[in-house]
Amino acid sequence: MLGPVDYCLALLGFAADVYVVLRLCTSKSSLRYFSLAIYMLATIGATIAQEIALNKYGISSQAYGYAYYYSDALLTIALFFVVMGFYQQVFQQMGVGKYVRLASILLLSATAIFSYLVVRRMPTHHLTNRFVVEMSQNLYFVGVVLTYLLWGAVVKLRETRTRLIQLVLALGIFFSSEAASYALRNLFPSLESNILKWIPPIANTFLPLAWAYTFTKIPEDARLETARVTRRPPAPAGMAAHQHS
Amino acid sequence: MIAALICVVSIAALLQFFISYSRSIIAAYRKATLSDQVREVAGITGDTLHGEQFGRLLQLVRLCPQKGDDQGDLSVVQSYYRLMGVFRALGRALSPALSRWAEHERVNCVYFAAVALDRRIAYSRALLAQQMAQR
Repeated sequence: MLGPVDYCLALLGFAADVYVVLRLCTSKSSLRYFSLAIYMLATIGATIAQEIALNKYGISSQAYGYAYYYSDALLTIALFFVVMGFYQQVFQQMGVGKYVRLASILLLSATAIFSYLVVRRMPTHHLTNRFVVEMSQNLYFVGVVLTYLLWGAVVKLRETRTRLIQLVLALGIFFSSEAASYALRNLFPSLESNILKWIPPIANTFLPLAWAYTFTKIPEDARLETARVTRRPPAPAGMAAHQHS
Repeated sequence: MIAALICVVSIAALLQFFISYSRSIIAAYRKATLSDQVREVAGITGDTLHGEQFGRLLQLVRLCPQKGDDQGDLSVVQSYYRLMGVFRALGRALSPALSRWAEHERVNCVYFAAVALDRRIAYSRALLAQQMAQR
């Protein structure tokens, strides 16, 4: 049974998804964030499909389980294309777009083969709790690795676009919190009904909210030194930090 | 075994991403200089800030009418400040360098809160002036 908090989080996330899509459609930079807009549209579609399955079959039904976990897995794969879009932006000036496209095709093929092997390994093709948890854990972990490499490239190439930096970092928070929560569920199944069940809905709400915030507040031409974000920053101008002994 | 490895790596990555995300928000506020008005209201004397001033500044920020554009920033930085509190406590037991770094970050959070308060005071004044003009 879903409670009021679940519905509030879902509504908030849904509203942020719609907002980001509308914002991108009306902005000049819609082409630059094309994969992100497509992902957000897919999220809206998946949320509606999950809601229909929930109302029609109930939360404990297998149909809702399939709708929830498989749409989630497909959305995660769709999110890889968003990451590839960010890679393309970061490496834009180096003219390696061709290689990024090639890498994304390889990544998608590897993910498809890996998912097929995982499904094939299962004795039956029924949706089991352990199977979905393991699959989601692995998919999200691929996302963590990809985003971490992307962040490394952002730092190394001294990328200064504040909007891009914040979009990437929010994505990193999303992927790593999801991967950690699924790994913990895998390790300690008893925690699933208490603490861990809140992490995916919170992360699913955080990502569109953080992106909505970034697209609203951070202009496309805003710049930020990556050194301020990664290294130990100096004391603010005219202010000295009082160190406690 | 794989799940344990994924768990550890993901938590480490989460911490790093969250710290960098919070810093990217704080960095935008560090460009602003504090007005004398906010120094007076917040009881900031001289050029020294203390990590402990964050709670008081946050209370003052919440007393001011909000423009509605800094609520998200405040929530993130508040969580970051709490995390740095944990790191500082850990650093006291494990490494003084970690403790010093965490305190430095807490001071940056204080600066962020002071700038947020400054902006809200300016907004309140503008609101008041607007109301007075309408009368």
